[in-house]
Amino acid sequence: MNTLLLALLVMVALALLLGAVLGYASVRFKVDADPLVDKIDDILPQTQCGQCGHPGCRPYAQAIASGEEDINKCPPGGEDGIHKLAELLGVDFKPFDAGAAQPKPKAVALIDEATCIGCTLCIQACPVDAILGSAKQMHTIIASECTGCELCLPPCPVDCIRMIPHGTDLTNWKWRYPTIPIKAVKP
Amino acid sequence: MSQLYDFHGGIHPPQHKDAATGRPIQQLPLPPQLYIALAQSVGNPARPTVSVGQPVLKGQQLAEPDGRLSAAVHAPTSGTITAIGPHPFAHPSGLPVATITLAPDGLDSWQPRSPLAWQDASPAQLRSHLQDMGVVGLGGAVFPTHLKLGASPLATLVVNGAECEPFISCDDMLMRERAAGIVDGIRIAAHALQAGQVLIGIEDNKPQAIAAMQAACAGTPYRVVSIPTKYPSGGAKQLIRLLTGIEVPHGTRATDLGVQCLNVGTLYAMARAVLHGEPLLSRVVTVTGAVAYAANYEVAIGTPLAWLLQQAGMADAQTEVIMGGPMMGITLPDLHAGLPKAGNCLIAKSAALFPPRPPEQACIRCGDCASVCPAQLQPMDLFWFAKSRNFGKAQERHLFDCIECGACSYVCPSQIPLVDYYRFAKSEIWAAERDKKNASLARQRHEFRQFRIERDKSEKAARLAARAAEQAAKLASQAATPAAASTAPAASGMDDAKKAAIAAALARAAAQKEAKPLSEQHTSGLDDAKQAAIQAAMARAAARKAASDAAKAADAANPDSPPATTPAQTGMDDAKRAAIEAAMARAAARKAAADAAKAADAANPDSPPAAAPTQTGMDDAKRAAVEAAMARAAARKAASDAAKAADAANPDSPPATTPTQTGMDDAKRAAVEAAMARAAARKAAAQAQKDASE
Repeated sequence: MNTLLLALLVMVALALLLGAVLGYASVRFKVDADPLVDKIDDILPQTQCGQCGHPGCRPYAQAIASGEEDINKCPPGGEDGIHKLAELLGVDFKPFDAGAAQPKPKAVALIDEATCIGCTLCIQACPVDAILGSAKQMHTIIASECTGCELCLPPCPVDCIRMIPHGTDLTNWKWRYPTIPIKAVKP
Repeated sequence: MSQLYDFHGGIHPPQHKDAATGRPIQQLPLPPQLYIALAQSVGNPARPTVSVGQPVLKGQQLAEPDGRLSAAVHAPTSGTITAIGPHPFAHPSGLPVATITLAPDGLDSWQPRSPLAWQDASPAQLRSHLQDMGVVGLGGAVFPTHLKLGASPLATLVVNGAECEPFISCDDMLMRERAAGIVDGIRIAAHALQAGQVLIGIEDNKPQAIAAMQAACAGTPYRVVSIPTKYPSGGAKQLIRLLTGIEVPHGTRATDLGVQCLNVGTLYAMARAVLHGEPLLSRVVTVTGAVAYAANYEVAIGTPLAWLLQQAGMADAQTEVIMGGPMMGITLPDLHAGLPKAGNCLIAKSAALFPPRPPEQACIRCGDCASVCPAQLQPMDLFWFAKSRNFGKAQERHLFDCIECGACSYVCPSQIPLVDYYRFAKSEIWAAERDKKNASLARQRHEFRQFRIERDKSEKAARLAARAAEQAAKLASQAATPAAASTAPAASGMDDAKKAAIAAALARAAAQKEAKPLSEQHTSGLDDAKQAAIQAAMARAAARKAASDAAKAADAANPDSPPATTPAQTGMDDAKRAAIEAAMARAAARKAAADAAKAADAANPDSPPAAAPTQTGMDDAKRAAVEAAMARAAARKAASDAAKAADAANPDSPPATTPTQTGMDDAKRAAVEAAMARAAARKAAAQAQKDASE
């Protein structure tokens, strides 16, 4: 009888102790955000362009994580991005929809400063604060911070913003994939 | 004699060095042009400090260093700057880079030189002197030398005279002929680095260089060490291993282990810069291969490579040329480039020396590459991951420890160009890293923007709440005073105060209730005003654009017609505005008509396309006119005027010059404008018709 009681007491004490430890751990090491969203957000190119139909990359990441949205809605990420998302989420690769926006070469916006009227509409549209200027002062784009999202194009009342594709220079030149040169054979 | 160590792997390719070592270092006349690229070292390109047309003296600074990881660039001879702009560059990409073009005047006149009293100078002074003198590593990597003199005190200074790559003999000849200058450089570097010992490593296939260096080092503590000939003993890590036995582990720099490695050419340039105040203006270049006069030439930086090869007797200008050695060098895409500071060797290819590489075959995993890899990597794995673009795995296997020496490609029985794959993988990884950095910057800025918008919103709300509270307090105090006054005689003092407080609180609450919608109204009013302003700006911009378009269209379409701005030349503001609007409408109509005519013309040149353009032109003009009239009419809220406008909008009304008249009411003016626009449209349509029929 005594042994039984003792065993019971020990078990109860253990249960209480471990329960307390678990309870403490669940409070102390609480994960606020879904870690999957962070991982998806890391893959997304952060252009914040909204081409996926979400107001920015993180909302799209949340939509993917909750299974509401497909992984092929991000043209700036390219097919490479879809491959990475497919790998992360353990789903099949899915090409871009035929009718939807397709990836294009990276570009930065450029304001024609002679035409700019200083309306600040593009400044309000820029998701990364890469446009400098104020009312009735001409605006300019900080090229190193422009993501090429094109969100500044539609609001411009005088159409003075153009997209300039990234050129290749010594800083971003890449070695080609080694290929066997094809030689013309004389018949 | 201390112990010599050995490094892993290595190969023994044929040397081919004798062709160029038969003659002493050759001097050449000045070339007709010098193309001095601004990107002469690792890091930031230098910033030009001269302008086009400026005469410069030999040794004058052409460009200043841009930041720490950069070195200055100087004029190799006296002359005139003829251009600053993109020019082909000795780089595998063939991309043009910013280059200063100098036309020598043949005088070769020096600017005053300022040597540095190095024994009294602080290390910082020496470093900045070297940066200003443009001294960079001449072994091929062109790392700015002043950054290599930072770590002191140092246990061992390793002087690199190994020159292990086939064909190259510039360091050999420099050691043979200018050993004293090199030893001067060693003295300065050893002083700056407070080096405990100095070891000069020279491969044993250069007995003359070893003898010359030994003679120059006599009486100094510097030791010349003959090392066995094995490629790539001239790699910094490999030479350090050979001479000191220290292996530099992954992710560590040699300086962390108390060793620094400097090339003999760099030390010679350092001695010239410090003792004679001469910037790095020229270097010794081995020109060999399929040339008539293979030799080492002392050549000004910026000398056109085609000219240099021609001087050395290269017969065919179409010959492919390698810069650097056959193992690590690059095939030059454009020989118009000027000689860079990195250019240690030029090899004109010939079929005998460089038979075409047989086609690549599948990897058979023989492991030959791993046995020769001096960095002790697994080249076949790296190749596999690079080929399948599995860059993460390649990085895990220390792809970036690869020194691209080419030993693996040399021994590969399947003729796989392994180094090409590694270069490809490295540049892809760098690009991905850049993208990642940009993405995180964008994310940070986007998050901050959202935070800022939220903050602004809450600040605004707080401000409005504060104002509302203030108003409420005012109202409460107004309410409280009469209340207090009225209740005072009736009740006792205590009750009085209580009641007053309650009344005040009630009044405050009421006021708050009232103030809230008020504030909302207030904000919406603000927004409205803003929107109106924006709309006005947009309208203004559209007007400006249309005006310029109209002027252009008028010029292009019919130069004989009266200019579009005629009605705008009146004094009155209203008339002017109306006239501009009319002009806009007219221009739009004309443009539409012209476009339509053009389109019709292009589609079917035979049929007279009169009806469609006329109609569209008329429609546009009509719409514009009606809109203008409506706007004005609505603004004035005058029904009778609107009726008059409708009246005047019949096709027979007299056109054009009326805006100059005063005393007309707005609606009438709008009607006149509409008529003007219509007339113009008709004219344009007629013109279009004429054009089309022609």
